[in-house]
Amino acid sequence: MARTLIHAPKAARAGEIIEIRAMIAHPMETGQRMGVNGTMIPRAIINRFVCTYGGEVVFSADLHPAVSANPFLSFCVVATQSGVLAFAWTEDTGEVHVATTDITVT
Amino acid sequence: MVEIPALRRRDVLAGAVAHLVVLALPLRAMARPDLQAAVRLFTGGADLREGRVHLDIAPLVENGNAVPLTVDVDSAMRPEDHVRRIGIFNEKNPLADVAIFQFYPKSGRARVSTRIRLATSQQVVAVAEMSDGTYWGVARGVVVTLAACIEGL
Amino acid sequence: MRPRPRAPAVIAALLSIPALLAVSGAVALEQGDRRSGIAFASPQTQAMQADDTANPGMLWVMDGAQLWRRPDGAAGKACQECHGDAAQSMKGVAPRYPDFDAGLGRPVDLSGRINLCRVRHQRAAPLAHEGSEMLALTAFVAFQSRGLPMAPAADARLAPFRAEGRRLFEQRMGQLDLSCANCHDDHWSARLGGSPVTQAQPNAYPLYRLEWQALGSLQRRMRNCMAGVRAEPFAYDAADYIDLELYLAARAAGLPMETPGVRP
Repeated sequence: MARTLIHAPKAARAGEIIEIRAMIAHPMETGQRMGVNGTMIPRAIINRFVCTYGGEVVFSADLHPAVSANPFLSFCVVATQSGVLAFAWTEDTGEVHVATTDITVT
Repeated sequence: MVEIPALRRRDVLAGAVAHLVVLALPLRAMARPDLQAAVRLFTGGADLREGRVHLDIAPLVENGNAVPLTVDVDSAMRPEDHVRRIGIFNEKNPLADVAIFQFYPKSGRARVSTRIRLATSQQVVAVAEMSDGTYWGVARGVVVTLAACIEGL
Repeated sequence: MRPRPRAPAVIAALLSIPALLAVSGAVALEQGDRRSGIAFASPQTQAMQADDTANPGMLWVMDGAQLWRRPDGAAGKACQECHGDAAQSMKGVAPRYPDFDAGLGRPVDLSGRINLCRVRHQRAAPLAHEGSEMLALTAFVAFQSRGLPMAPAADARLAPFRAEGRRLFEQRMGQLDLSCANCHDDHWSARLGGSPVTQAQPNAYPLYRLEWQALGSLQRRMRNCMAGVRAEPFAYDAADYIDLELYLAARAAGLPMETPGVRP
């Protein structure tokens, strides 16, 4: 499982717009680089990111090779109810990396 | 460093302004077929208007491997009027697409930050798709310098 | 280009830590002039380092925290079993490295110390110097000292190695025939093409270099510099790197640790 770093508030007021930051350790190999002996290094990136809140999608992204290594995303969500924020990063291979964090809304 | 002569600050600013004008016009005037095609794929060929989209990216960056940017779109993000998607595109990387972000009823605010790769000095374009089917965009010129003493010389 | 004169004794006298007093006379860059590499970086790079939620180096620090607790080797011990809570036991350790190892009879850097620990106490295989596990562990240990001043060890046995480090720092090398000092003592405030030259300060390693798109060690950075002057880098893990690192540490005395730093 890849290393991930999530930053989200543990508590928020109902209706408050909160900022979430998500980072994952990944080289985001572009498929444009030449390796040894002139062979191309095959593309291997995270191409999809989805954030769900209480099971509902609240933010998502399609990523291309021009996104930096160790992709960093910061976005907003409206705090509505206490629950789980879940983050899923999908590799070119189909492999999915998941992280979760809880939030208490009052 | 070597590409700088053609990109004096005045030219870059002029280029950015020119792009703003271009964005308000049909897309055929844009710099490169790839960029043009990528934006058209995003808009479905609809008109692209200038405004509402704020693209915060440094005009001069010291390494193109991780260029921070923030896109913020003027929108109340209400059910009847919200941002559906934001697309980021570039002019001179091998591929014109950078990222496409989707927003939902609970997104709250149409703002996103990330870090992108820029192979060389070029224009970066952000386009927002609104719930009423209109598209709004902005272009920014970025000068990319190189780090000193790199590997694999 | 001549090396700068030694730091005047009056500046050494201003230092409060005895360890710094013992080594400050051995460097060419005056205390008041010392400036971390982050001071030369763009506002965007500075912001990336300053914010732990945006600093990609924190991915390695978090990884190191897990490795710290992971039992390893024939002894089946984790770092934590001997050293306890790293926040306590490792605070202040990285700023004094490289330090002398009596068993080897010569100085070791932080990664060298971690490998000695692995071999002697965990009875585990040493980790590759530039491998992700070693980078993660050194980043985690050095992170415990973030904000503390670089305080090189005063051990008299280090003196000849530090002197050798200085000699290497001031020795011209490569097709460009430049020494480290030619750029980093004599022209640190200038620019090389679009990039600031900087003072070659070691206070943020291991650090995330945007050019590498990953965390890397001071040794890797020195190899890049040697490639920059078209010199053949020393062999991996050569003692010369440790000697250079010793001199750099003395030259950086007093600068706050920044691990994990971010640089272009």
